[in-house]
Amino acid sequence: MSKVFIYPSTSLILSDMVARFGHEPLGAAIKIRERIQTPGFDSPPLQMTPEDPKKGLKYAAVEVPAGVRGRMAIFGPLIEEAEAAVIVNDSDLAFGCMGCARTDELVKFMIRQRKDIPILEIVYPSNEDEGLAFVDSIKNFLDGLSAKEVPK
Amino acid sequence: MNDADQKVRVAQLSCGPEHSGVQKEIDEAAAAVNAEMFFPDVTLKDVKKAYKEFGLEARSADLKLAIARAKALVDGSVEADAVFIATCFRCSEAAIVRNELRRYIHNNSTLPVVSYSFTERTTSGTLLTRMEALTTIAKRRALLAREKQVGITLGIDSGSATTKAVIMKDNEIVGTGWTPTTEVLKSADIVVNDALTMAGLKMSDIQAIGTTGYGRYLIGEKMKADIIQEELTVNSKGAVYLADRQHGEATVIDIGGMDNKAISVQDGIPGTFTMGGICAGASGRFLEMTSKRLGVDITELGPLAMKGLSKEVPMNSYCIVFGTQSLVNALAEGHSKENVAAAACRSVAEQVFEQQLQEVDIKEPVIMVGGTSLIAGLVNEMGRLLQTEVVVPPYSQYIGSVGSALLASGFIDEKKKGE
Repeated sequence: MSKVFIYPSTSLILSDMVARFGHEPLGAAIKIRERIQTPGFDSPPLQMTPEDPKKGLKYAAVEVPAGVRGRMAIFGPLIEEAEAAVIVNDSDLAFGCMGCARTDELVKFMIRQRKDIPILEIVYPSNEDEGLAFVDSIKNFLDGLSAKEVPK
Repeated sequence: MNDADQKVRVAQLSCGPEHSGVQKEIDEAAAAVNAEMFFPDVTLKDVKKAYKEFGLEARSADLKLAIARAKALVDGSVEADAVFIATCFRCSEAAIVRNELRRYIHNNSTLPVVSYSFTERTTSGTLLTRMEALTTIAKRRALLAREKQVGITLGIDSGSATTKAVIMKDNEIVGTGWTPTTEVLKSADIVVNDALTMAGLKMSDIQAIGTTGYGRYLIGEKMKADIIQEELTVNSKGAVYLADRQHGEATVIDIGGMDNKAISVQDGIPGTFTMGGICAGASGRFLEMTSKRLGVDITELGPLAMKGLSKEVPMNSYCIVFGTQSLVNALAEGHSKENVAAAACRSVAEQVFEQQLQEVDIKEPVIMVGGTSLIAGLVNEMGRLLQTEVVVPPYSQYIGSVGSALLASGFIDEKKKGE
């Protein structure tokens, strides 16, 4: 079992897929509802305090918007902990999305900097055929992670 | 539950407050003025449609959500009393969206709106005055509709730099008092006594009291004021009253000792407003420092600046430290006092123009109020930047006190009924 960082980190579908194929998803999966009643798309499950963004200073300096720093306080340590990562680009809002595009850029960059881990980067499907290929790609990637594991 | 007990519902359109750790601060500021924040309920489908229709390309999903929520408010599918737009400071994408949403709501609805950019250091105290003004505009329109002062009333404005008092009798100013703010209550006592002496009245003659400014709660509670009100609505009211522009559009600019206010007014009631200032370099403090460095009294700075040519001296007071460096360098290079004074006025006007006046829609007449409106050089430079003749009404330095005394007179009848 590998620790797999997922992007969009809020994607419940992606998180579920990683778990179903026997790995531990690293993210902040939340259920995207049809009606949005929270302040943002990726509202944190617990209330953050003004101290939390300071923990993000390791990843985003003080001249970076506070919202990026606060998100990096959550996702930065998860990226460091990851043993693999799946990035889905251009996904639909319903698939799961992060609220801030600047955090998106930084999170994806940080994942790509992890040259020591396997990364699957894939585009969100726009039709059924692409959808099947999309699921297959993720499945094969996750299966591959299991195959690489040393038997106990 | 009567109308006064009902909470003011403030729609929040935002990007980043939760992850910045300031959502709690926003909620607390709202609760302190009997308001509650809510997030207009929209569907995913609404977001995609509204974003496309609005036509502003934003990549952040939460900004797309803010656009959809703004459209829901304007379309009337979601009801609110006021709107608060908040995004992260230093995010250019958010700044563009924030500004356009503010303009869109202001132009297409009657909802009062204020926008703010926060950092993780933003506290509920910082937001309180803005939130109080929003709720007053939303729920106390009848109070703000008062155009004439009646009876004998006292208005006290406890500012960061100076404390002012005004006594009004039958729609006339009959007494004034002014002193630098030291201890809040002591300063208030001084100005009230001065105003009473000038008016030839006793405290027992006063029928109603209003307080505003930073020390409004402390003074208001001690003097049992009838109305304790933030300075955004009070100054707007005082400005249009003194300038005799109570009907139609106007823009009120108040460059204070610690912060600046720019308010877009319709029939004496603020529509959009901005309050703040990045640094003291954009406030009256910089001009106070300039006058000290030039060896002149602050009252002489304006006439001195009017004799100078501001363009002759490069000066940028974005930061008060850099501004002071420019000041010292200019004098060391042999520039005249007149030119340096004019450049200082231009620099403060430029900072206010660049940092704040972009956030409200400038509508004529532009009325300048507060102590700095007496500095002719500053008014001149502001007029030049805005390409309009700026109106400075009589008693403009007492604007908060006059607004308070005017609004307080609305409580005389209520008190009589209660006796």
